[in-house]
Formats: sequence, structure tokens, C-alpha cells
Amino acid sequence: MSAPTLDRPAVDETALQAQFDATIAADHRVEPRDWMPEGYRKTLVRQIAQHAHSEIIGMQPEGDWLLAAPSLRRKAVLLAKVQDEAGHGLYLYSAAETLGADRADLTDRLIEGRQKYSSIFNYPTLTYADVGVIGWLVDGAAICNQVPLCRSSYGPYARAMIRVCKEESFHQRQGYELLMTMMRGTPEQRAMVQDAVDRWWWPSLMMFGPPDDDSPNSAQSMAWGIKRHSNDELRQRYVDMSVPQAQVLGVTLPDPDLRWDEESGHWRSGPIDWAEFKRVISGEGPCNAERIARRRAARDDNAWVTEAATAYAAKHAEGHAGAVA
Amino acid sequence: MSTDVTAEGGHGAVPTGPEVPVEPRPRAVRRDWPLYEVFVRGKRGLNHVHVGSLHAPDDEMAVHAARDLYTRRNEGVSIWVVKAADITASSPDEKDPMFAPSGDKVYRHPTFYEIPENVPHM
Repeated sequence: MSAPTLDRPAVDETALQAQFDATIAADHRVEPRDWMPEGYRKTLVRQIAQHAHSEIIGMQPEGDWLLAAPSLRRKAVLLAKVQDEAGHGLYLYSAAETLGADRADLTDRLIEGRQKYSSIFNYPTLTYADVGVIGWLVDGAAICNQVPLCRSSYGPYARAMIRVCKEESFHQRQGYELLMTMMRGTPEQRAMVQDAVDRWWWPSLMMFGPPDDDSPNSAQSMAWGIKRHSNDELRQRYVDMSVPQAQVLGVTLPDPDLRWDEESGHWRSGPIDWAEFKRVISGEGPCNAERIARRRAARDDNAWVTEAATAYAAKHAEGHAGAVA
Repeated sequence: MSTDVTAEGGHGAVPTGPEVPVEPRPRAVRRDWPLYEVFVRGKRGLNHVHVGSLHAPDDEMAVHAARDLYTRRNEGVSIWVVKAADITASSPDEKDPMFAPSGDKVYRHPTFYEIPENVPHM
């Protein structure tokens, strides 16, 4: 092995790219201060930011039931879950900041509609059964998406996802337990659960995104190791997991074409209404405006807290400096 | 169905077309609180380990926020916070020369030395 020479030529972009490619090929992690292609950085900022936004906006549909939870136990559980969603958002903003993004700026972009969040949170929570179904189906779909992201090639993102996944399991289980409790209740309660399943099943399937033959960005994301499985692979995995869970629960999934395919060993679902998906994601879902309005109010109405704490910290720092002198 | 939508991220599909900007915008006046890096000791006997970052107006608030954010499930018995701006790190550009001195000193490892098998406890 030769000693490093002092007059090494300046590293050119080709060498940096080769080093990056080698890191990805070896399935090693890319860390914040490594050189990375601009496209990789942009893709990550966009993906992590919209994931963070989804967690933050995702507090709203369930947060609507905090004051109407049917018991102190359910209220404590729901409060813990909504607090977790805030935490997940913050883990992710933290990861985005390692790429040079500015947290406050990302929030501005969300509020101004220049960055997006998941379409699933644009549906309303009409009854308390929705809280259970969100835990079971929506968080279940999130787990399917997120578990492979724990092996994402960007270190800070993968580490954030590990924390998130540990906590999502609680979310799904509390939801399923809530639904089991309701299914043991009155006919009205069972009907509420079925109604909630009817409304959330298809939007949950849409959470995995467009079919593979209509998802042109996936190939690059998979080549970069940001994404590990295709949309349809994950959706299939989710359907296979959910059907037996629905059977145990005693609800019917609202898909007349759903059938067991002996040959492949998979549950096959019917066609997804992608027109609805497109409508909701482009702003015409039932709650898009309401979600953003509330996020905007949270930023603007609480700005005085940020300012007051900043002023207090500045004053305190002055006093401290004075005491030392 | 447009082709500018993907399901990246944990919570599902979002648009990704060229009209969706991604570049962080440089901010002239920083409105946010300073960035703190957070380190947590998982339990007695372990080192503090970096877990992430957060924004807080001052050191004390940073510790409180770190507790709420990073130890909601008994993940820690001790927390350190330090302003990110106060951390000095080795530069990735000089990664090779920086760590080269340890790379060629194989004699610092016990496996460098051959000891006969009949020598016990070594």
C-alpha cells in the first residue's frame, strides 16, 4: 500500500460520481457530507419533505376525535398516537435538514401548495370507527411502505425510518384492537366499522401510488437504493396481509372482484379508480383546503410563541454574559 | 392517469412533476430557532449516541424538546444537546489522508502477531 501523495490532483466530478456509485453498489449508506449527484439530493429532499408533511398533516384527521374519544383509555391512546405522528414528522424534517433543506422553508412550501402530502389525509374521519380503521388500514399500508425504507441508501433517512417503524406497530395494533372491541359491540357499532372499512379500503390501496407501468420515477429511485420495491409489489403484499386480518375481524372488504388466486398464492383485487386518486391528489379531495388552512393557522397563530421564546433566550443570554463579566 | 405521480415516502402517492419544486430556498433572515443535535444514553453503561436534531430557542428548551421527541418510550436515561453550529467535524474531502495513518499500521491489531496454538490464555 502506497502512502498518500501530497500533490494529488483535485478530485473531478467523474471520480466523485464513481465513488458514489461504488457506495450504492456495495449497498453502503450515503451520509450527509458525502458528495452526491444533484438528482439524488433533490429526489431525497422531495421525498423526505413530503413524507414529513404527511406525518404532520396526518395528525389532523385523528386529532379531530381527541375530544370525543369514548373513554379516558381511548383518549390517552389516541393522544399518544397523534403525538407520535408529530414526532415522525420531526424525525423526517431532521433528516431533510441534513441535505441542506430549511425546516421552516419546507413548512412554507407545504402551506403554499408547492410541496405535497399524501392524498389519504384528504378524507374525513366521520365516526370513531375511522380512528380504528386508520390505525389498521392506513398505518398498515404505511408500514408496508416504510419497512423497506429502513434500508434506504441515505443514512439519516433510513435511521429516521427505523424509529418510525418501531412506533407504527403500536399504531396499527391499537387500531385493530379498537375495531375488535367495536365488532363485539352492538349491531350499530359493527355497522360503523363496516362503513369505515368501505370508505378507507380503496384510498389505502391508492397509498402505494400508480401501477408500475405508469410510475416512471421508480426505476431511478430503485437504482439509487432510495426505494427498494415497486408500487405494485408493495400493494400486493399489503392486500395479502389485509385480507386475513379482515376475515378475523369479520368485515367485508368492498371489492366484489377480490379473489384468491391459487396458482400464484396471492389475493387479487379489482381495478382501482385512478381517476379518483388523481382528483384527490390534485386538490379536489373532501378535506384538502381544510387541512392546509389548519396548518397555516398553526404556523401563523403560534408565531408569537416562537418570537417570545427567542426574545427570552436572547435576554437570558445577555444576562448570563453580564454575570460572567 | 398522469405519469408525474409516485408513491415514494411512507404515506403514499404524491406528484413529482417538474412543476413541483424541490430545491431548498436560501433564507436571508433565519426565522427558525437554532439547530441542536441530540445524543441519548440508552441505559447506564452505554455511550450517548446521536439520534437526530431539533430546533429550540435555548439549551434548556432543547433538552425538554429532546425528551419529548426522542424518549417517548424509555429510550434514554440521559440526554446531551449541542448546537449544530458548535460541532467541528473532519472534512469528507480529506477523508483518505485523514484516516490513512491508521490504515497502514496493521501491527496495531492483535491478529498481526502469530502465536503458537499451544500457548494458553492469549
